[in-house]
Amino acid sequence: MEGRFPGRILPYALLFPSIAVIAVFLLVPAVEALRLSFFEVSPFTGHGTFVGLANFGELVSSEIYRHSLKVTLLFAVGVVALGLAGSLAVAVLASLRLPGFGVYRAVLLWPYALSPAVAGTIWALLFDPSTGPVTVLLRAVTGLSPNWMMDGTYALAVTVVAATWKMLGFNIVFFLAGLQAVPQELREAAQVDGAGAVRVFWRITFPILSPVTFFLFVMNSLYAFFEVFGLIDVMTQGGPGGATEILVYRLYQDAFISARWGIASAQSILLFVMVGVLTLLQFRLAGRRVVYA
Amino acid sequence: MSADGALTASARVEALPRIAEAPRRAPVDWGAVAVHALLLLCVAVIAFPLYYAFVISTQTVEEVIARPPMLSPSGHMFENYVEAWTRAHMARLLWNSAIVAVVSAVGKIAISVLSAFAIVYFDFRGKAVAFWMIFVTLMLPVEVRIMSTYEVIGDLGWLNSYAGLTVPLMASATATFLFRQFYLTVPNELVEAAQLDGVGPLRFLWSFLLPLSWANIAALFVVLFIYGWNQYLWPLMITNTEAMRVVVIGLQDLIPRTGTHIPEWNVMMAAAMMALLPPVAVILFMQRWFVKGLIESEK
Repeated sequence: MEGRFPGRILPYALLFPSIAVIAVFLLVPAVEALRLSFFEVSPFTGHGTFVGLANFGELVSSEIYRHSLKVTLLFAVGVVALGLAGSLAVAVLASLRLPGFGVYRAVLLWPYALSPAVAGTIWALLFDPSTGPVTVLLRAVTGLSPNWMMDGTYALAVTVVAATWKMLGFNIVFFLAGLQAVPQELREAAQVDGAGAVRVFWRITFPILSPVTFFLFVMNSLYAFFEVFGLIDVMTQGGPGGATEILVYRLYQDAFISARWGIASAQSILLFVMVGVLTLLQFRLAGRRVVYA
Repeated sequence: MSADGALTASARVEALPRIAEAPRRAPVDWGAVAVHALLLLCVAVIAFPLYYAFVISTQTVEEVIARPPMLSPSGHMFENYVEAWTRAHMARLLWNSAIVAVVSAVGKIAISVLSAFAIVYFDFRGKAVAFWMIFVTLMLPVEVRIMSTYEVIGDLGWLNSYAGLTVPLMASATATFLFRQFYLTVPNELVEAAQLDGVGPLRFLWSFLLPLSWANIAALFVVLFIYGWNQYLWPLMITNTEAMRVVVIGLQDLIPRTGTHIPEWNVMMAAAMMALLPPVAVILFMQRWFVKGLIESEK
């Protein structure tokens, strides 16, 4: 094939750094995690005993783990649904040709740069049970003064709000960018033909927007599953009573607090599977269902 | 993680064509006014938490706990920031975070440029294996492989070191994937012309490909810098000395836990402001490339 350079050693030299880093920090740990997941490792001696699939069995039947899975799903559904629906609504309503898009991009995008831990800190301040302005507002409006450091359901809601907030501007900016691909003429033509705004949205705008929606869906899901450790650690540390204990937090507890490496490795493997499913979904569906403008 | 998700996902989103501006009609477009009002409201809602955090960082403790909360800045900004700076050893924390963010971003970009170049511009034995090995690992977040990577770092003696903080963050093929996509769009004539002129491969990479891919590199840098700066779980695990701590971890010591401390949210927020400024500055200065780089992979 043309456009190639001859070279015997050079290509290997060029590849070496990437391959070395990937092998040492990705492949070896992955294989090691798989191996450890079949062992019961003593926290005191570090000695492992082969137990087969017992770790997985224990996880599947464990109340705590199932609870953590449920919390993670609730959390992820909350963050993704709230984040995507909210930002899509805003972006679509705003989707007239906007001369000031660049300016809005600047003022909407920055929370994406915030670390989840810092975002968590700021929201802990806003929801501070005695002086936080959101608490004060809630108290004034509803007369209730729930304390999210005591009330599990409320704690989960508060962390979802904090996590969603960080991605909201990012979502809006990408929806707005995607909406620039929707031909104005098409929508106007549909309206002339008597299609209502809702119909125009579902039949024209939404399908054309689907690549961006899909991109954001994957981004937000991965974020909700894996990136919010810092936020949870800062705000609730998994509490109260495990109400916000997402899977990554559970893993951290078992691995580094209780030093149960076997069971923690089995959790890693299950997380691997979940990431794998999300990745596959992304590569499979992205090519097919999605309408490219 | 976000970095990886963004990059792989973006590679699947095709370039969105720009449509010509529709001609403007009415002199006062009330719809547009409403839209701007709506967006401004969103901006306000999104910005309020940060604004409030800033306001708190300028108040005294008495003002912080005042009811109702004071929503305008007070005059004690300077002493709070000085207090936060000295109490949290901010200089050290920021320095460490900067090293982690810059080294992991530059390192990952560098090794990815090289490996993508090898894959696109050379034929060699084992290429399929190398290709497979790189792309099968497209997305394994640090959070998922954390324990066994920790063991590897321990075996290497890299606990409490910059190497341990940065090198594992480079282990992902997303950037290689992106550069490969870009190189494939570079016309063959360019390589052939260069070869006719006797330009060697490394010279070609340096003088032709790199200048062409400058925008992609910038976009990647933004994503990876933010990713590196905001790492939390990984530094938490592999560092336990004051000297090696990064800023997002160091901050947590300042959080007032209800009932046990004086609620010094002002000092906490002063520190948070300093911690969030660098990544926010990076995204604001480079936002144009950032959105473009993520949405249009083929450019």
